[in-house]
Amino acid sequence: MRADPGHYELVSPRNLQLVLALMDREPSRWTPIAGGTDLMVLYAAGKLPARKLVSIWNLPELRRIEVSREELRIGAGCTYTDLRDNKIIASEFPLLASAAAWTGGIANQNRGTLGGNIVNASPAADSLPALLVYEAILTLVAARGEREVPYGRFHQAYKTHALRPDELIRTIRLPRRFSGYVCFARKVGARRAQAIAKVCVAALGKVEHGRIIDARIALGSVAPVPLRLRETEHALIGKNPGRELAGLAADTVARQIQPIDDIRSTLRYRTAVAANLVAQFVEALSSQAGRE
Amino acid sequence: MVLVGLQMLHPDEPNALSHVNIVGTPVPRKEGLDKVTGRARYVDDISLRGMLYGATVRSTIPRGRIRRISFAPGVDWTEYVIVTAKDIPGRNCIALILDDQPCLADGIVNHPEEPILLLAHPDRHQLSGAIEAVEIAYDPLPAVLAFEESERQTEVIWGTDNIFKTLLVEKGSLDGIWEQAAHIVEGEYSTGAQEQLYIENNGMIADFDDQAGVTVWGSLQCPYYVHKALMALFALPEDKVRVVQMETGGAFGGKEEYPSMIAAHAALLAMKAKQPVKIVYDRLEDMAATTKRHPSRTRHRTAVDATGRILGGEIDITMDGGAYATLSSVVLSRGTIHAGGPYYWPNVTIRSKAVATNAPPHGAFRGFGAPQTLFAMERHIERIAEVVGISPVEIRKRNFLKPGMTTTTDQVIRENIDLERLLDQALELSQYQDKKRRFLEQNQRSAVKKGLGISAFLHGAGFTGSGERYLSSLVGVEALADGTVRVLVSSAEFGQGTNTVLCQIAAETLNVPYDWITIAQPDTSVVPNSGPTVASRTAMIVGNLVRAAAMGLVRTLEASCDLAKNFTHDEFRQSCRQHIEKHGQLKSLSRYEAPPGVFWDDQKYRGEAYAAFAWAVYVAEVSVDLTTYSVTVDDFVALQEIGKVLHPRLAEGQIAGGVAQAIGFALYEKVVWQNGRMQNHQMTNYIMPTSADLPPIRVFFKELGNLHGAYGAKGIGELPMDGPAPAIVNAIQDALGVPFNSIPLLPEDIYHALSIHSPTAAVEG
Amino acid sequence: MASIPDIGKQVIELTVNGSRRSVFVHPMERLLDVLRHELGLTGAKEGCGEGECGSCSVLLDGQLVNSCLVPIAQANGSNLLTIEGLTGDERLHPLQQSFLSCNGAQCGICTPGMILAAVHLLDKHPEPTLDEIREGLSGNLCRCTGYSQIFEAIRQAVSPDATR
Repeated sequence: MRADPGHYELVSPRNLQLVLALMDREPSRWTPIAGGTDLMVLYAAGKLPARKLVSIWNLPELRRIEVSREELRIGAGCTYTDLRDNKIIASEFPLLASAAAWTGGIANQNRGTLGGNIVNASPAADSLPALLVYEAILTLVAARGEREVPYGRFHQAYKTHALRPDELIRTIRLPRRFSGYVCFARKVGARRAQAIAKVCVAALGKVEHGRIIDARIALGSVAPVPLRLRETEHALIGKNPGRELAGLAADTVARQIQPIDDIRSTLRYRTAVAANLVAQFVEALSSQAGRE
Repeated sequence: MVLVGLQMLHPDEPNALSHVNIVGTPVPRKEGLDKVTGRARYVDDISLRGMLYGATVRSTIPRGRIRRISFAPGVDWTEYVIVTAKDIPGRNCIALILDDQPCLADGIVNHPEEPILLLAHPDRHQLSGAIEAVEIAYDPLPAVLAFEESERQTEVIWGTDNIFKTLLVEKGSLDGIWEQAAHIVEGEYSTGAQEQLYIENNGMIADFDDQAGVTVWGSLQCPYYVHKALMALFALPEDKVRVVQMETGGAFGGKEEYPSMIAAHAALLAMKAKQPVKIVYDRLEDMAATTKRHPSRTRHRTAVDATGRILGGEIDITMDGGAYATLSSVVLSRGTIHAGGPYYWPNVTIRSKAVATNAPPHGAFRGFGAPQTLFAMERHIERIAEVVGISPVEIRKRNFLKPGMTTTTDQVIRENIDLERLLDQALELSQYQDKKRRFLEQNQRSAVKKGLGISAFLHGAGFTGSGERYLSSLVGVEALADGTVRVLVSSAEFGQGTNTVLCQIAAETLNVPYDWITIAQPDTSVVPNSGPTVASRTAMIVGNLVRAAAMGLVRTLEASCDLAKNFTHDEFRQSCRQHIEKHGQLKSLSRYEAPPGVFWDDQKYRGEAYAAFAWAVYVAEVSVDLTTYSVTVDDFVALQEIGKVLHPRLAEGQIAGGVAQAIGFALYEKVVWQNGRMQNHQMTNYIMPTSADLPPIRVFFKELGNLHGAYGAKGIGELPMDGPAPAIVNAIQDALGVPFNSIPLLPEDIYHALSIHSPTAAVEG
Repeated sequence: MASIPDIGKQVIELTVNGSRRSVFVHPMERLLDVLRHELGLTGAKEGCGEGECGSCSVLLDGQLVNSCLVPIAQANGSNLLTIEGLTGDERLHPLQQSFLSCNGAQCGICTPGMILAAVHLLDKHPEPTLDEIREGLSGNLCRCTGYSQIFEAIRQAVSPDATR
């Protein structure tokens, strides 16, 4: 343990309003900490420069899930376990349910939060590709009001996000219109649990009368931010899913991604696997088409 | 202490009783209750009054001279105890074999993380900041970072030629072999470094007293190794150094020699501070600074006849020892002796060397050289099979050692081991033939390719050759007035079941209940030196000494109290009380004696290398997913002949655990080196298998007995490390049709090979 | 012995193994360190400090957590169960019993966390499949056992009468 707890402050205002008031009074001075599964690792390694922390763990305003006819509103303070336990997520947003299930182990799922995953902005983050394809909308909140940002515009560069110094993510809104879609989610890590993704994919597709009418594909760990493969998606729309299309789709992948060699994996491997997974997605669509 | 009833073990005494009641049964683990209730005390669970916390300032470069050490302002250095090499009272070395490793670097550093100075402070939170505030300026020297570079000797970093040790084994003659051969098969096989990854990091508490000397408590395997090292470091006699083993959370060889270093550090600080000092590493430090398995390269060149029988060959082994010699000569030895596998080599020349590189010294890790060379052998035998055109099963059957034949070191196989039958049984247990047929068919239609792989191997238990004679282990058994009996050994429990097995043996021999036996905490002021807890020697050799000492106890009571031949428990208890009332103590010691007629020539490296070999055949079933190039082990059969199963649950646990570590060795555990330093020194990026990654490991035993082991037991601790890696890589080749000769074998490596060998397979969805 | 400055410390109330406890610590002390140093409950271990090995796991308000990643202030008012709390009145919990009989504990360092993970697993899945067991324990690393005998221990705790 390479940090001195005596050098850190952690305050725990009892509701969201008080947290936001603090962040408003002293913008950029207080770092929010939710479940701690990212920040406490840095802290123990002596690599957390932030000295003043404000706890947003278990705030009731952030840790709730609301359902309306059109959308699901997930509080940013929901843990992966909260997501896994939710029946609507399980049935209508299985890409998110899968991502929650393969994040860390059970103990880390009980503490890690969806908001934390978004704000930590790791390109390898498990749940972010799902949010991209579900076209999530983030509600950001500050003392002076709230605003919305489509999730696709939230990360502009490596490990950055669109939050202002006095803002928190309050809600992640998912439109409830993907029930009829084929879902495909795959995480490739060094082992089957507790692994940082080398490549991960979340994809949705809809096939009607033997043709793909909608396709959404997002990858993690192949670029500085999670990535929608727009070019691949366009190449699929209107086409007949099958072996040939799968191969074509695979070929479009390499030029859209920017994977790297790093401590976990290689550029060539990531490229090959990303292409293979996209091909596999198209084959999944073709099985769906076969069933129609 | 009165030496009573020194008992020698005579080789012609019956060693395996036909009726055993306690040995061979699943008695409760002696310290099990403490472990499941959280009451077991590991070193970091203990604090001593006035204790300070210690930490180590380490080299950040692989090789160079220390130009200047300065202490930055902003820290109140008067609050710290600071120790450098100058504070060492005796020799600045960690005494082991060549004594070339300094305790603290003195002017020159030879590897990243080399310890330079030590700090202690009452507040453990201050230490990491203080370490950062010690500024060290170096004049770097050219570093040798790969063992191939070390072999070229363009830069000499150790001795005159970078070579810690060379060995030569010559059997028969290679003259004319190559001309006779129907086939000459060559291959090169490599294994990488592997981190032991015990879940409890290294830790020590030390105390120093001008009268009593040095006392250390810690996580360790070999109390007397630490004892010897501290004697040399402090120039103290043996009764002024005391080493106590705490409950130890895993070791696997990683706490064989390293604890001497951390004990030395804690003790030096305690000496200077005049207060107890605790040093416990965090995971980041433990992984970066302590020992790993020796990386290796083995080259085979084999002459084979038309039927696939080995006529002879050359085996060349190089092992990377890191910056200092430490145990490399012994690792090399074991690797060399096991290099021929369980096969008959009528002629062979084995040349091996251990060389220096500027990495933290490599050290003991379960298997100790054998997993490296057996990986090579079991991959090479498959290559031979391929060249000759016969199956992996057939090639092995044609070359297996049989009773009466000699090993590569000319040791005669004297037991009735039937390896062909063992192989057949393993194949049956794994449904090999059935599955092979099924997979052949299945693989044509699936992007997930399945394969099966075999490995056959042996592991010699105990110290090599004259090693056990040199150790001259001493064991004690002491009875108390209430009839309970204490086993006195320096053998350490660290999960393998030492406590339990030795108590079983004592109980069985004395014919008293298992509950009447206790085992003393290994404390050098209390227990004799029964040798280090390594080399799979404890159950077999120390166990046998426990048995002998227990028999000595009985003979003493027969003599002094007329204890009857078939005594009851009550009679035993009464005799103990009677004897102790009269003589004050009832202790029996037994010292190791080498069995007669066993010869080992250390110069020629020939003769009876080990008192006993355990034999095994393992079968691995894998799936290779061609979308991700990941390998999953779906089923694993581990069949071995181990003399006698002393405790079914413990034995099974040892095999399963060893197989799991070896699966890690093969598929998951890669040390990423950067400038001589382990870059991925966290549990998040050094990957060991989780419960989700491993199949149930199916363990089966055969028992042939063993003249030289307690109740017929052979050592088993390291055996399971030798076989899984080649079995898995053989299975992967079976699945993909592509050979791999280097481990760890990661998905990236499989992808890379496929994209060269069969590009379409590489991109196939 | 130098005194550790009290500035910034606060009172934290916990219920630990059924007893009310109060500690006066810095809010960013890790729950693991509070358990081990303030409360003398050394069953939870530090294996990695990064939430990977699970040897620090405890139950916080019934949820399995890695105590090395929980700042103590966030545990204020919570209900904690550690391995020490599992042994009631010298009677072993069925999982402790089965870990003993199946050799689920070898070196024992992962055992407290592993048993608590198993408690948590059986809470959610009283009759878990092998896959559920494997998933439930996937955040607890064991280097000694290869997990096989731990799986058996859990199965035995679920059905003590079933034969091996």
